[in-house]
Amino acid sequence: MSESLEKVKAPSEPLFSKKNKKLITDPLSDNNPITIQVLGICSALAITVQVEQAFFMSASVLFVLIFGNLSISLLRNLIPSRVRIIVQLVVVASLVIIVNEVLQAFVPDVSEKLSVFVGLIITNCIIMGRFEAFAMGNKPWPSVLDAVGNAVGYAWILLVVAIFREVLGSGKFWGMEILPQGFYEMGYMNNNLMILPPMALIVVGIIIWIQRSKNPSLVEEH
Amino acid sequence: MKALEKIIHNLDPKFEKGGKWEKMYPLYETLSTFLFTPKHVTKKGAHIRDGVDLKRTMFMVVLALIPCLLFGIYNTGHWHYEIQSYVNPEFEGYRDYLTGFGDKVIYGLMKVLPLVIVSYAAGLAVEFVFGFIKGHGLHEGFLVSGMLIPLTMPADVPLWMVAIATIFAVVIGKEVFGGTGMNILNVALTARAFLYFAYPTAMSGDKVWKSGTDDMLVQADNVMPDGASGATALGDLASFVGDSPVVAGKVMSSSDDLVAAFESAYDPIHAFIGMIPGSVGETSTLAALLGGAILIFTGVASWRIILSFFAGGMLFGLLMNGAGANAYMDVPGYYHLIIGGFAFGAVFMATDPVTAAQTSWGKIWYGLLGGALTVLIRVLNPAYPEGIMLAILFMNVMAPLIDHYVVQTNIKRRQKRFKTA
Repeated sequence: MSESLEKVKAPSEPLFSKKNKKLITDPLSDNNPITIQVLGICSALAITVQVEQAFFMSASVLFVLIFGNLSISLLRNLIPSRVRIIVQLVVVASLVIIVNEVLQAFVPDVSEKLSVFVGLIITNCIIMGRFEAFAMGNKPWPSVLDAVGNAVGYAWILLVVAIFREVLGSGKFWGMEILPQGFYEMGYMNNNLMILPPMALIVVGIIIWIQRSKNPSLVEEH
Repeated sequence: MKALEKIIHNLDPKFEKGGKWEKMYPLYETLSTFLFTPKHVTKKGAHIRDGVDLKRTMFMVVLALIPCLLFGIYNTGHWHYEIQSYVNPEFEGYRDYLTGFGDKVIYGLMKVLPLVIVSYAAGLAVEFVFGFIKGHGLHEGFLVSGMLIPLTMPADVPLWMVAIATIFAVVIGKEVFGGTGMNILNVALTARAFLYFAYPTAMSGDKVWKSGTDDMLVQADNVMPDGASGATALGDLASFVGDSPVVAGKVMSSSDDLVAAFESAYDPIHAFIGMIPGSVGETSTLAALLGGAILIFTGVASWRIILSFFAGGMLFGLLMNGAGANAYMDVPGYYHLIIGGFAFGAVFMATDPVTAAQTSWGKIWYGLLGGALTVLIRVLNPAYPEGIMLAILFMNVMAPLIDHYVVQTNIKRRQKRFKTA
């Protein structure tokens, strides 16, 4: 029944209509899951010490969110609303298991460093949030776009924070020394605070600060 | 003077809205109110006005800090020559506190003045940038923070670290909350905490407290010479809890009477005057109390906080004495008040009117808990030999909560009276 409805509607809307484009661009800035909705903060604090970890974490979330949103969107009319959270959990858990196996097989050292945080993608608020708020009520294609937008919005914040923390905290980028030795001989020292979790919070805070001063409409009235 | 005041106020219209140099208003406002009493007049409500504005209040604190600063300069010089004397026999006489007065003052000035200048330059630069963006004059709060920051640093800390710590503290500790008067945490302590966690090797351990320890070690082939020690009294105390306790450079076997050895190495009178190694301005309890007297007399700082802070530290020290489970706990309680930065923190940091509790009873609780927490961190967590920084920062966060309960208690008490009547 629903599929036939889609077929009727589908041709009227191009794949990248204005509305669909907005699904991708909105979460990148004005509706960013981390800086505006303040979701998924826990992982943003925990795995941004190194760029490598942040990259694989972002890639995992991207994969889980795209296929999760897609499956939930396809199943949306079959899921009884009383048990929908359990169904969503089953979907996301199976995807996370796949991601975890792949990481363990191909990048075992990264998988070791990410440790429980891969498993914790299951409870990542962004993913459950998108399932509930978007995929349950939208068609597959917009759901996929929404997933890409949110996952990339999550990813760029993670990567920016990780770049700051790795370069300033250990003088490295992707595990490679990038600061010349002469720097250290002149008395420069790595900033140990950058490696501690509070600094991730402060860097995210600074990003929020810049974002809000650029776009005053985001500032709440008090 | 009158003529200068007239000249300056004649310039007023050019800087006001619509004037020729409107953009430069923050700079102008800063200078003119620094030199002369601001001439704004109260338009409504109470018309009684004191000439003492925020700038002058803050200046009073800077005045009160001068004893600490002067003593810190000399103390820095003294411990530099003391540690040098172990590799350089020429300076052996300088181990006496007052020998070589001139040399010590000059060395101290060379070390401490750059710290003060860098801290003010970095902080005022940030304040000016924010002043221009928001269109107000220089915020006065930094007058005090700029002096407090160098006094809480070890003399050998690199200047660039002081600069970034100051910038961090002013931006993240103060400006993001809305500037002077809006900050949750004490700005100077934010700067110190930043450095403490960011560059622990430059801010703690036993090589930073006496200026020039690193140079001395290079000359001595990286072995601390016999009898020399770079540790502070608190550092020694923290080692009591470990396997190999050290008192003033001597390794003791833990069965020795550590407390007696400690008491003879750090004479209470010397510690009170401040003749012990430590951060630049924090060592002298006497100088801090002198400053405290000025602050209390001029009504800038709350005597409730200072007094209850000392009481809290003393009481918790006695409690530890009573428990007496290890050598550290057996150290007489009053020692906690005279070593480390206890007095300096209690007088200048805890009393910061912005971050402290506001109600009278709240201030007493705030001080008591802060003092107790300082000793608690020192004694029970040897990983942080000095507890006052963390204790005051923690109490800063708790201050609104304390005030809330004080106000609620008062409301309840009065409601009860109302009901029974």
